[in-house]
Amino acid sequence: MTLTDTSAAPPAPGGVRPVADWGDLLAAALLGTDRRTPPVAARPGQDPAAALLEAAAISTVQRRAGLRPAAARRGPAPAPADPRPDLPPAARVRLAMLLTERAGSGGGGSRTAPDLAELLPQWLSAANRHGYRAPSALLPALLDAARARTDLRPAALTLAGPRALWLARLNPDWKFALRGGPPTGASDPAAPGAALDAAATQRVWDEGLFAERVALLASLRRRDPAAALALLARTWSTERAEDRLMFLDSLREGLSQADEPFVEQALSDRSRNVRSTAAELLSALPDSALAARMAARSTACVTLRADAGRPVLTVAPPASCDSEMERDGVIAKPPSGRGERAWWLGQLVEATPLDAWVERFGGRTPAQILALPVADDWQAELHAAWGRAAVRQRNADWARALLNTPEGDPSAPLTDPPATAPQGAGHPGGGQGGAGAHPGGAPAGGASAARAALGGHLSPTAAGPSWRDPAKLLAVLPAAERAAWVAEFIATHGLSDAFRLLGVCTVPWAEPLGRAVVDALDIARDAGSYPWSFSGVMGLAERCLDPALADRLEVLTAIAEEPRDGAPGAIGYWSEAFQRLVGTLRLRATMQAELAAAPDQPDGAPDPGETEETGGAEVSGA
Amino acid sequence: MGWPSVVDMNWQGERWTAEQVLALAPDAASQKAGGKLSSPAPWSGTGVRDGALWGLCSGSGSKPYQTVIDLSGPAYRCSCPSRKFPCKHALGLLLLWATEEPMPDAEAPPWAAEWLTGRRERAEREAASYAGAQGADAGEGAAGAGDDGAAARRRADRIEQRERRIAAGATELEQRLTDLIRDGLAGADRSGYAQWDETAARMVDAQAPGLAARVRELGAITTSGAGWPSRLLEECALLHLLSEGFQRVADLPAPLAATARTRVGLTTDTAELLATAEPVRDDWLVLGRQDSDDGKLTTRRVWLRGERTGRMALLLSFGAAGRAPELALPVGLVLDADLAYYPAARPLRAALGRRYGTTNGGGAPTPAVASTPEPAAAVAPARSAGADAASAAHAGATRAAGAPAQAPPGVDVSTALAAYGTALRDDPWLDAWPVVLSRVVPVPDAAALEALADAGAPRGGQRGGGAGAATESATRTGDDGWQLADAGGTFALPIDPRCTSNLWQLTAISGGAPLTVFGECGHRGFVPLTVWNGAPVALTSGTHRTGP
Repeated sequence: MTLTDTSAAPPAPGGVRPVADWGDLLAAALLGTDRRTPPVAARPGQDPAAALLEAAAISTVQRRAGLRPAAARRGPAPAPADPRPDLPPAARVRLAMLLTERAGSGGGGSRTAPDLAELLPQWLSAANRHGYRAPSALLPALLDAARARTDLRPAALTLAGPRALWLARLNPDWKFALRGGPPTGASDPAAPGAALDAAATQRVWDEGLFAERVALLASLRRRDPAAALALLARTWSTERAEDRLMFLDSLREGLSQADEPFVEQALSDRSRNVRSTAAELLSALPDSALAARMAARSTACVTLRADAGRPVLTVAPPASCDSEMERDGVIAKPPSGRGERAWWLGQLVEATPLDAWVERFGGRTPAQILALPVADDWQAELHAAWGRAAVRQRNADWARALLNTPEGDPSAPLTDPPATAPQGAGHPGGGQGGAGAHPGGAPAGGASAARAALGGHLSPTAAGPSWRDPAKLLAVLPAAERAAWVAEFIATHGLSDAFRLLGVCTVPWAEPLGRAVVDALDIARDAGSYPWSFSGVMGLAERCLDPALADRLEVLTAIAEEPRDGAPGAIGYWSEAFQRLVGTLRLRATMQAELAAAPDQPDGAPDPGETEETGGAEVSGA
Repeated sequence: MGWPSVVDMNWQGERWTAEQVLALAPDAASQKAGGKLSSPAPWSGTGVRDGALWGLCSGSGSKPYQTVIDLSGPAYRCSCPSRKFPCKHALGLLLLWATEEPMPDAEAPPWAAEWLTGRRERAEREAASYAGAQGADAGEGAAGAGDDGAAARRRADRIEQRERRIAAGATELEQRLTDLIRDGLAGADRSGYAQWDETAARMVDAQAPGLAARVRELGAITTSGAGWPSRLLEECALLHLLSEGFQRVADLPAPLAATARTRVGLTTDTAELLATAEPVRDDWLVLGRQDSDDGKLTTRRVWLRGERTGRMALLLSFGAAGRAPELALPVGLVLDADLAYYPAARPLRAALGRRYGTTNGGGAPTPAVASTPEPAAAVAPARSAGADAASAAHAGATRAAGAPAQAPPGVDVSTALAAYGTALRDDPWLDAWPVVLSRVVPVPDAAALEALADAGAPRGGQRGGGAGAATESATRTGDDGWQLADAGGTFALPIDPRCTSNLWQLTAISGGAPLTVFGECGHRGFVPLTVWNGAPVALTSGTHRTGP
C-alpha cells in the first residue's frame, strides 16, 4: 500500500464496532482460524472465520476511506521553455499518423498506397524548416521513432527540442537523444552542453563517459570552435589512441586555419590512424603547411611539355616514399595489385590544393588543364586523383570541369574508355583519403579491372569513364547544375544506372530532372519490362519528384495496352506503381500545404524555402 | 426538403479538434485510412449546416460514396460497405471539416437530408414515447391494467427466481470463503487459478456474474507481487460483505440494496430506466474515455461531469471483441443531454437519454433538434426556452477554430482522496472514484529519477534538503513508483501500479509544470486518463516502466 493508511488514528464512526488491528487480522487469516484464534469475537452461532471476514471488511473500508496522500517525492526541475510555434492542427494530426504508421509497421500492405514511413524523414525536415516545435503529447512517440531509426534522429530531435532532451534524461530508453543533440539546430539554445557553463563543461570533459565527451566536444565545436580546440588540446596527450581518433575527427566541423598548429602536431602521433586523419584534415586547408608540402611534391611529378608543338603533360611518379611523405599521411604500402609509384602519386595529387595546378600550368582553367593530353597513359590516374581532390576540397570549378570532360559528358556514349589505366586505376571514391580507405585495389591492367573496383555502385556498362565517381563530384556542384547534369545523363542512358546520381540531387528534383525521370519511366513501361526492375528509382521518385508533377503522371496510371513483346502482366503492375507514385506525390503536396498553413501562433517563421536536402542515397563527402 | 438554417451562428467556429475526431476511430487502421481521406482531393459536394456534414468521396468504384454525419450524436451514415463504425469516409470527412478550410454552408442534398430527417424524426418519436411513458406512470395507467398486471407478475416471478438462485450461490461462496480463512491464506498463492476459476464458474451457474468476476480477480491477486496476502484478505472480506449483504437485500435501505444487486450482477433494463428514472439534464463535459477488451467483449467507459450539477457520470457501451462500441463521444465535448442514473447508493453509472446538442469545450454549441426553431417547438416545448437561451449565450461567444479549450476545474490530491472516501461511505465496494485533479505534477518513479541523477541534471527544488529525501527513501520502501504531486510539493497520489496509461506522455505534456488531470482515484492510487494541455489529450496506453 503506497497511500498512507490511518487505521490507527481516527476512531470508527458511531455504530460501528471497534475493529481489531489489521496486522492481527491478517496474521490470523494467513495461518487459518483453525490454528489461530482471530482477534475478534464471533457472535453466537457465527463461524470464527466469518467473524474474521466481517471484521476485515469493516477494517478495509475504514482504512480505504481514511487514506491520506503520500509525501511527494522531488520531481525533475521543469523543462526549459521552447518558444517555437506549434504545428498547425492538420500537420499535428499528420505527424501523429506518420508515427502510428511506424508503430504499426505492418504497413506497405497495399501496392498502391504511399509508404508513410518513407515520408517521415521528409516531413520532419520540412517541419524543421518552418521552425515548428513538436506537440509535447507526441514526444514519447517521436523519441521512440528516433530510437528505432537512426536516420531520423537529427531531424526528430531538432523538432522535439529541449523538452525531449529533458524527457530523455528520465528514461534510459531514450539515452541516445543525449549523445549528440540536434546538429541542424546549431543556434538551438537547447543543444546539450549549451546550458553548461565553463566549469560544468570542464567537469563533463574530465569525468564524463566517452560518448558524453564526444557529444560535448561536437556541440562546443559548433558553437565555439576555438574553445573546443582548447578543451581538446589540454588533455590530448593523455587520451587513448582510439579516443584521439574520434576527437580529432570532430574537428572536421568548423575546420579553419586556426586549427593547423594543433592538427600539424598530430601528424607525429603514435597512432597511424590519427596521423592519417590529421593529414587529411590539413590537406583540406589550402593554406596549411602540409598542403604546401604536398603541392611541392606533386607538382614536381607532373610537367607540361611541348611535344611536336602540342602541349602535353608528362608524369614522373615519385621514386620513393620517404619518411617525410609518410609523416604527411602518405601510405607507403599500396593495396595488393597496385603499382606503388602510381599509388604514391595518387595520394600526393589528392592532397594538393587544386589551385596549385592552375598556377603551375600557366593560369589555365581546370577545363583547359583536363583537356591537356597526358603522356604514357597516366591520364586516368591523374584525373582520378584530381577528382578525389575536388571532392575533398569541395571545389565546384574542378568538379564541373571533371564532369564535363569528354569522358564525363553525361550524354557521352557508355563505351569503355581507351585503355588508359597504366597500372590499374584505384577506386576513385575511397573518399576518406586515409589509411586503408581505398578498398579492393584493382589488379594491374585494363579498364575492366578498374570497373570491377567500382563495386556495386555502377553496373559494368555504366562504369564508363571508370576513373571518376560522378555522384561524389556532383555533390560538390550547386543543386540546379546537379539536376541538369543528371537529367541529361538519364535522357541518354535511361534509369538503370541513375540511382546513385539521383540520390545526390536536392529534393524536390528541379526541372529538367523531374521530367527526365518521368519520361524515362514512361519509356521503361513501354519497353515492357517489370516495374520492380526500377523499384529503387521509383522509391526515390516517390520521395523526391516535385509533387506538381502528379497531374502529368496521372495519365500513366491508366492501364495501357500491353506492348507486344512485353513481360506478361507488366502493364498492370506499372499502373499500380504509377498509382502509388501519384498518390505519394499528392500526399506530399498535402503535407507541405498542412505545414504551410497558419500555425497556432501568428508569428510563424517566414517561408524558409528549400534547403539542401538529398534523396537519401548516402554519399559520404570526402 | 431542407433544414432550417440558423444564419446567425458561425458553424465553423465550433469545429472539433482533429484529435477529437481521431478518438472516434474504432482502431488505428481506421485512423490511418481516415487520415488519408482527410485532404480535399477525394471529396466533392461537401457542405455543412445545422450540425450536419455531408460529402461525396470518390473511391475505387465508379460511384462516389455518400457520407453524412450528424454531429449531435455524433452519428454517421455512409454508402460504403465497411462494417467499421464510423467508417474511414466518415472519419475523413470529419477531419476535413476539423482541419481544412471551412466547408460551405449549403442545403443538404436529398440523400443526406433524407437520413437526417429520419434520424431527427425518430428522436422526436422516442422523446414522445418517453414523455408518454412518464405520463402513463403518473396516471397509474388505468387502461389495460389487467394485461400489464399479468405480465408484470410474470416478470416479478422471474426476477424473484433469479434472486433466489443468486442467494444460493452467495451462500455457497460464503462457505468457500470461510473455508479458506479457516485453512489459512498462506498457501493461496500456490494453488493457482484453478480453484478460483472453479468457484467463479459456480457463480456463473448461479447467474451472479458480478460475484464470478470478483472471484476471478481473487486468483489474480495472489500473483500481484509483494503484499498480496493483505490485498487478498481485503477482497475476500469485501466479497464476504457482498454475499452477506445480498442475502439480506430485502432488509437493506433501497439505494444500498440496489448497489448490492448491481454488484452481484443483476442488471437494470436501460430502456426501462430511461422511461422511468428522473432525468438529469445538464451540459455534460466528456472527461475521459477508456476501452478494455477481455477477448469476448469490448467495454467502453465514458466519464462525464455536469457543468451545472457538478455530478459525475459513467456511460458504458459494449461492442463485440475487437470492434469498437458505438458510443463515440470525444473527450472535451460538452453534451446538453438528459442522463438517467442507474439506482445505486452512490449513483455513477448512467444511461444517455435525450441529447439536445453538443458544444466543444465551452465554445459555441452545435445545435441539434431542440435548439433549431422548428423541431424544438415540436419536441420539447417545456425546455426549448432554456435551450434557446443557452445556445444564444454560447452563440454570442464564437470561438476561433482550434482555440484551446479551458481545462475543467479540479481539486488537489487530498480532496480527491476525500472524495473517494466519501463515496465509500455509500458504496463500500467502490474501487475508485472519478475526479479531476488540478495543478498536479507527474513525478516519475525512482528509477527514472536515478537516471536523471546519472545524467547530472538538477531536480526540482521545492522540497527540503537531502536529509528529508534520505528519510523518505529509508522509511517508505516500496513507495518509489510514479506519483502525481500537488504543485505545492507536499502531498502526492501514487499512480496505481496497474495503470496502463502512457505516463511518459503525461510527463511530456507536463514538462515538470502543474496541469489538470482527469482519472480515477482509488485505494491503489490514481489512474490518469485525460490531461489538459490547452485542449484535452486522452492519454494513450503504453508502458511507463523505466529501464529494461
